[in-house]
Amino acid sequence: MRREIPLAITFLIGIFMLVDFFVPHHVVSSSAEEMKQWGTIVIAASILLGVGNLIRVHFHKIRRRREGWGYSITTLAIMGVMFFFGGPWGTIEEGSAFNWMFLNMQVPLQSTMFSLLAFFIASAAYRAFRLRSAEASLLLIAAIIVMLGRVPLGQLLTRSWPEAIQLPNMTEVIMAYPNMAAFRGILMGAALGVMAMGLRIILGIERSYLGGEK
Amino acid sequence: MAGKPFDIRNIDRRIIFTLIFVAVVWPLLQPMSLPIDVSPPVQTLYDAIEAIPEGSIVMLGADYSPDTMPELQPMVDTFIRHAFERDLRIVVACLWPASPPLVETAIGPLAEEYGKEYGIDYVNLGYMAGGIVTLLGMGASIPNTYPSDYGGTPVGEIPLMQEVENFDDIAFVMEVSAGTPGTREWVQQVQGRYRVALGSGTTAVGAPNFYPYVQSGQLSGLLGGLKGAAEYETLVGHPGDATKGMDAQSVVHALVVAFILLGNVVYLLSLRSKGRAPAEA
Repeated sequence: MRREIPLAITFLIGIFMLVDFFVPHHVVSSSAEEMKQWGTIVIAASILLGVGNLIRVHFHKIRRRREGWGYSITTLAIMGVMFFFGGPWGTIEEGSAFNWMFLNMQVPLQSTMFSLLAFFIASAAYRAFRLRSAEASLLLIAAIIVMLGRVPLGQLLTRSWPEAIQLPNMTEVIMAYPNMAAFRGILMGAALGVMAMGLRIILGIERSYLGGEK
Repeated sequence: MAGKPFDIRNIDRRIIFTLIFVAVVWPLLQPMSLPIDVSPPVQTLYDAIEAIPEGSIVMLGADYSPDTMPELQPMVDTFIRHAFERDLRIVVACLWPASPPLVETAIGPLAEEYGKEYGIDYVNLGYMAGGIVTLLGMGASIPNTYPSDYGGTPVGEIPLMQEVENFDDIAFVMEVSAGTPGTREWVQQVQGRYRVALGSGTTAVGAPNFYPYVQSGQLSGLLGGLKGAAEYETLVGHPGDATKGMDAQSVVHALVVAFILLGNVVYLLSLRSKGRAPAEA
């Protein structure tokens, strides 16, 4: 029954939400709205589970002195500090310790981590972007056009050229035709996949979300 | 003792890092004021917002975190400025937990600048967990989905929210997003189902994903990365952080292109010395 009950709930709720999409009757839509509120509550509760799991994983790592356990101490300590200041003194009030730490520590730290990408991309581009084949050459030429066409320098350099071959215009053509065609294909494939997966879950064929079974 | 001959293929990456650092910092200290032309997706977004009647209620979906703030915050700033200039009222709703305080840093000072009052001209509903479920819930009832605002005030006590029940009351949604849930979910769950006018601002790396939605008309326009934000700032007439960043981005892109070209020249020369063609390498 540990599997049959969740499967039955999934089937009934899934079918009901499908019915809600096609039947605009108020009895169906009001019930569906209620269920969506439940969904929000369940997902919010899962955040608490996530916090609990984070503590458990890092606690075990520290206890067993696994590689990088020092970072786990830092993670738990910082989480404790944020909890400590966020609880009694609030999280959003201007000037509160939590808000101050968020704006003056987390924001610059996360921005810094992300900005490091520029350095690695430059280094990787120098080493990896090579004219190894016709396809790679095409990709490289497109990349150079887009990289220069997406910045004002590209506009400045080609402003006196015929309009069709100015870098910003060539960039827009690349983005609006070959790029869009490729992404549209990917989108359609993904949409079909999502529909198939949704049906598999509703019908109980796909059960991996229940855990413990292949 | 003779050392190894210098081989540019094995260049110390710290040299590349230093050059990138200089390429970022130098234009910020010595602005070049390069011209910024406006691309079609940004122009259509601007035109769509300009076409909204004054006094209408627009929604700002802010779904990003501090890591993408340098790219996306200028879009949020400029959208808020644009809306306030046009006397549009703003409802902010977030699907990412880190977004509400980031929006607060923008909307507070701008509201003061334009003499706008919280609860009447704008409201920040804060974060609600749930992603797609939250979007669907908003389609039925926004006050039920966000029962209180970011500061904890029940929405029933907020004058602006008395005029908002669901997406029928929203003239336009501007979704600024860095990932999932974000623009894709807004298009699929909200625009597709409730037919609300939707514009989007995303990171440069995410923008190519959304061109199909621009072409199909599901997105009224698209701001792609810092360049998109700079173009929007140009149209609104308030050059800000994105415009300032364009010089640095120009120099860095040129430097990366130079690295790629140099790398390929060295690569082709090395193949030539070995007597091989690129495809055989």
